[in-house]
Amino acid sequence: MSTLEIRGLKVSVTTENGDVEILKGVDLTIKSGETHAIMGPNGSGKSTLAYSIAGHPKYTITGGTVTLDGADVLEMSVDERAKAGLFLAMQYPVEVPGVSVSNFLRTAATALRGEAPKLREWVGEVKGAMEALKMDPSFASRNVNEGFSGGEKKRHEIMQLELLKPKIAILDETDSGLDVDALRVVSEGVNRAKENSNVGVLLITHYTRILKYIKPDFVHVFANGKIVEEGGPELADKLEAQGYEEYVNA
Amino acid sequence: MTALQSNVLDIHTPQGREEAWRFTPLKRLAGMHDGSAITSLLNSLQPVQALPSGVSFDTVEADAFSPTDDAITQRIRAFSKTVQRLTISKNSEIAQPIHFSRSMRDLNSVEFARIQIVVEPHAKATVIFENSGDLRIGEDLEIQVGAGAHLTFISLQEWGASSIHAARHNAVVERDATFNSIIVTVGGSLVRLLPTVEFAGPGSSAELLGVYFATAGQFFEHRIFVDHLVPQAKSRVNYKGALAGQDAHTVWIGDVFIRAAAEGTDTYELNRNLLLSDGARADSVPNLEIETGEIVGAGHASTTGRFDDEQLFYLMSRGINSADARRLVVRGFFTEIVSQIKDQVIEDRIMARIDDELAKAGAING
Ligand SMILES: Nc1ncnc2c1ncn2[C@@H]1O[C@H](COP(=O)(O)OP(=O)(O)OP(=O)(O)O)[C@@H](O)[C@H]1O
Ligand SMILES: [Mg+2]
Repeated sequence: MSTLEIRGLKVSVTTENGDVEILKGVDLTIKSGETHAIMGPNGSGKSTLAYSIAGHPKYTITGGTVTLDGADVLEMSVDERAKAGLFLAMQYPVEVPGVSVSNFLRTAATALRGEAPKLREWVGEVKGAMEALKMDPSFASRNVNEGFSGGEKKRHEIMQLELLKPKIAILDETDSGLDVDALRVVSEGVNRAKENSNVGVLLITHYTRILKYIKPDFVHVFANGKIVEEGGPELADKLEAQGYEEYVNA
Repeated sequence: MTALQSNVLDIHTPQGREEAWRFTPLKRLAGMHDGSAITSLLNSLQPVQALPSGVSFDTVEADAFSPTDDAITQRIRAFSKTVQRLTISKNSEIAQPIHFSRSMRDLNSVEFARIQIVVEPHAKATVIFENSGDLRIGEDLEIQVGAGAHLTFISLQEWGASSIHAARHNAVVERDATFNSIIVTVGGSLVRLLPTVEFAGPGSSAELLGVYFATAGQFFEHRIFVDHLVPQAKSRVNYKGALAGQDAHTVWIGDVFIRAAAEGTDTYELNRNLLLSDGARADSVPNLEIETGEIVGAGHASTTGRFDDEQLFYLMSRGINSADARRLVVRGFFTEIVSQIKDQVIEDRIMARIDDELAKAGAING
């Protein structure tokens, strides 16, 4: 049982015109097995929240705390956060030229498990994960995200979620750019991870369609750098019908 | 040869202001350029295994070599009238790469070496020169790729820290012939290579690949010249370099000349540099001269950048520590070219050397 606790998180980015505060005090608690959906308008700071938890160097934490089972996440380097059990499926996964998917995955698994996985079992594990996400085996020898289509990149992120077995996973718009079949395949991957390792999920999305597959326990409305309303799944339907106007202008 | 004798020759001694020498630290050339070097004929290049049939390696009188205005090459030719000639006989297809190595240590004199690789018409071979140990060497290498022949030439500069290596590698590529080269420079104090290609018949093609990695104090220069003299020839140049450490300095010059007669030319050249620390300097100068508009394509690109924070973040967000992430990115950067060597032992050795240099330079910390 793990708990990610975000308290009063304030984050700014440095721009040409000085520092700009993006997150203005975020409070959120995610426990193992729970699924939290975050919905909010473009530019409200959802990815900033995701990146800040993962430790992207671009963001400066100016206030608040993030802890995982009591341990101070903000003190950890990016890789230490992953080792502590955090995972971020990125909105825009990065291409890494010359590094094959299989080499990347094995290096990551070795780092996270503390020892190199046994080759034979590992090959089977990867093969299984790829099959489950309906990825062609040839992806293993391709370079990380290089030339992947938008949907292929998202499948690759969820494949990592299944292989790396984090305690808490943040999925930043994993559903964006997926066709209807891919949406189902990817959602099934997330649900498998929930079943198999009881991962806690923070799901950032613009659309309720993914919530038909991945049932959220909580829905949070994000606007102007903070959570402005919380509710159950019914809140997502309300947002779909009415938009964010009442929150943005609030 | 003494300095006095060399003055008798009508060879221009570079002063450093000349276009071809403006980057090179002449003082570190051990006198190869000005005739003051104490020269020797070491014949350090030796075959690693017995040569297969269809292949011979002999010392012979030098016949016509391509003209050059490179002062070091001129001095080598004035010094020695014999060459070590490797011949791949007509129509021979040599399945296994032919390995040669230099691995001795001699820093008292300068070896002036004249070498010729003759690939006779319709022959096919891969020739690998493995340079290690510590030498001071001026090398005049003439490559002839006969009509319809195919040569892959790989030159590895895995020199020790004191080596000085100045070389002209000139390839004359005949009709329908293919010349591929891979140059790897990861060791030495000063390495200055002039890979040049002359297309001598239509339908010929050349691919020049290279990687280099310079750390503190090392100077590596690769000065490429591709001369499209004839119609319908194709050239591709792709060099990638990394630098780390104080006063690491690399120079890449890519001169491509498309002459008036060279209709149907297709050429592209690319140089990418990865600057891994402060205090290092990468010069990169692509240069295209075009005398005819009737071509298929001509282009060039040159980039110099640092570690990509987004790549490092992506890798580290999967638990990979900073040093390993940097190693992966640098290996990945070089893989495109190193994997073309198609010899696992050599590829692993080069990558391990790159890892070592990276660690030594401290470029994987922080
Ligand atoms: N380096 C930067 N310089 C200036 N502004 C920035 C920078 N990085 C982020 N921002 C701003 O921070 C705000 C929040 O961005 P963020 O990516 O977190 O939004 P988001 O909620 O994820 O949006 P979307 O739904 O479009 O993905 C945006 O207005 C963005 O322009
Ligand atoms: Mg976003």
